[in-house]
Amino acid sequence: MMNNVAIEVSDLHVVRGGVRAVDGVSFSVPHGQVAGLLGPSGCGKTSLIRSVVGVQIVESGTVTVAGKPAGDASLRHRIGYVTQAPSVYDDLTVEENLRFFARVLGADAAEVDRCLTAVDLDAQRRQVAVRLSGGQRSRVSLAVALLGSPDLLVLDEPTVGLDPVLRRDLWELFHRLAADGAAVLVSSHVMDEAERCDRLLLMREGKILADDSPAGMLARTGEQSIEHAFLSLVEASTEGVS
Amino acid sequence: MNPRILLAVAARVLRQLRHDHRTAAMLLVLPALVLTLLWWMFDERGFGFDRLGPPLLALIPFIVMFLVTSVTTLRERSSGTLERLLAMPTGKLDFLGGYALAFGLVAMVQSVVAVLLCVWVLGLDVAGPVWMLTVVAVADAVLGSSLGLFVSAFARTEFQAVQFMPAIVIPQILLCGLFIPRDEMPTVLSALSDVLPLSYAVDAMSTVSATASSSFGGVDPAVWGDLAVVVGFGAAALALGAATLRRRTA
Repeated sequence: MMNNVAIEVSDLHVVRGGVRAVDGVSFSVPHGQVAGLLGPSGCGKTSLIRSVVGVQIVESGTVTVAGKPAGDASLRHRIGYVTQAPSVYDDLTVEENLRFFARVLGADAAEVDRCLTAVDLDAQRRQVAVRLSGGQRSRVSLAVALLGSPDLLVLDEPTVGLDPVLRRDLWELFHRLAADGAAVLVSSHVMDEAERCDRLLLMREGKILADDSPAGMLARTGEQSIEHAFLSLVEASTEGVS
Repeated sequence: MNPRILLAVAARVLRQLRHDHRTAAMLLVLPALVLTLLWWMFDERGFGFDRLGPPLLALIPFIVMFLVTSVTTLRERSSGTLERLLAMPTGKLDFLGGYALAFGLVAMVQSVVAVLLCVWVLGLDVAGPVWMLTVVAVADAVLGSSLGLFVSAFARTEFQAVQFMPAIVIPQILLCGLFIPRDEMPTVLSALSDVLPLSYAVDAMSTVSATASSSFGGVDPAVWGDLAVVVGFGAAALALGAATLRRRTA
């Protein structure tokens, strides 16, 4: 029987660029869930995400992914990771980028077509990446993360600047992957994406302010939108300090 | 180490080069132009080209691969593709080996063109076997690549990376025996030139051109010794380069 917990973070502290970026964060994400990590720019989302992928030097605390310490060699073909800036080779075509990463992962060549279709880049497959628009390049980066159907998809602001129709399609894709048993952790600073998640982690200044479903979050604060709920949670937490 | 990934990296580096026609053309044509210029300069005197041609055959692949590798790996670090590869099942040696293989192949084509030009068109006198010139050139190229890879860890921008050329490469050119024979230099400089890899690369190339031998393959045994030093330095720089590739960063 597979352990149902995909990500387990416990009392994580990260210092990045001389700043305490993550300050005592604990949470866990089960398989089959789309968890949204929401908060303003600079709140520590990226440091937290990098810790889950295992590319961040952490100060203290533990991050466990599928029962193994984050970054463990056995996890490297099971995690799809999208960085904030698209990590693709600008001087290769879309298709060549995907073929290369598919070979590194040992994924089937048919995966390339499947992932290109998933991010709606079939028409651009022979274009060199540097000639693509910003949104198209992030989709190439996302397509690379989808190769080989990973058990855990970690996405740092994947939908910034995308067409609303495509954004909706991508969220549907994330939910389909979760329904197939993957865990999906998506960060965003756009609060209106919150309602598309099964579960929300609101983050501010390195701490998790709230951890609830979108409906639970609204009920708890008595607000109409996640944006307002976030504001009232921030006010409540600063009042508590002073 | 995983041969599938290593070959994938090498094929990808070559594919990138194929998209960049201008760089590919310069890699092949520039060495030939520089050698022709040298030959032309010494044409009337009749002796200089035989003395300076072989060192240049050693210098060119070293310099070119140093520059190309330091800039490409820096790009790989800053674009996030290195982080992505290392979060995948890529081993550090797969990455480094892939680059060494790709640039070694480019150096082979480059030096075959340069050697054929020197020997058949420009009339360079080679006492030893001609193929050995290419072997030494490839070793020099791999040395340049691995040094370039190592220094790219200490540069934040492409401007900085290019500045490592005067820092790391030019002193080696000055001390390799091209301007003054190494044993005629002041003691300290001569000792310094003994610990710089390019000195051995140039020695190997000059010895192949100047001496024939009845031993294995017609290659002077001293050449194998020099070549071993060049390969050893290359491997050491590659190991240091591997130490600068970190899966986890701050």
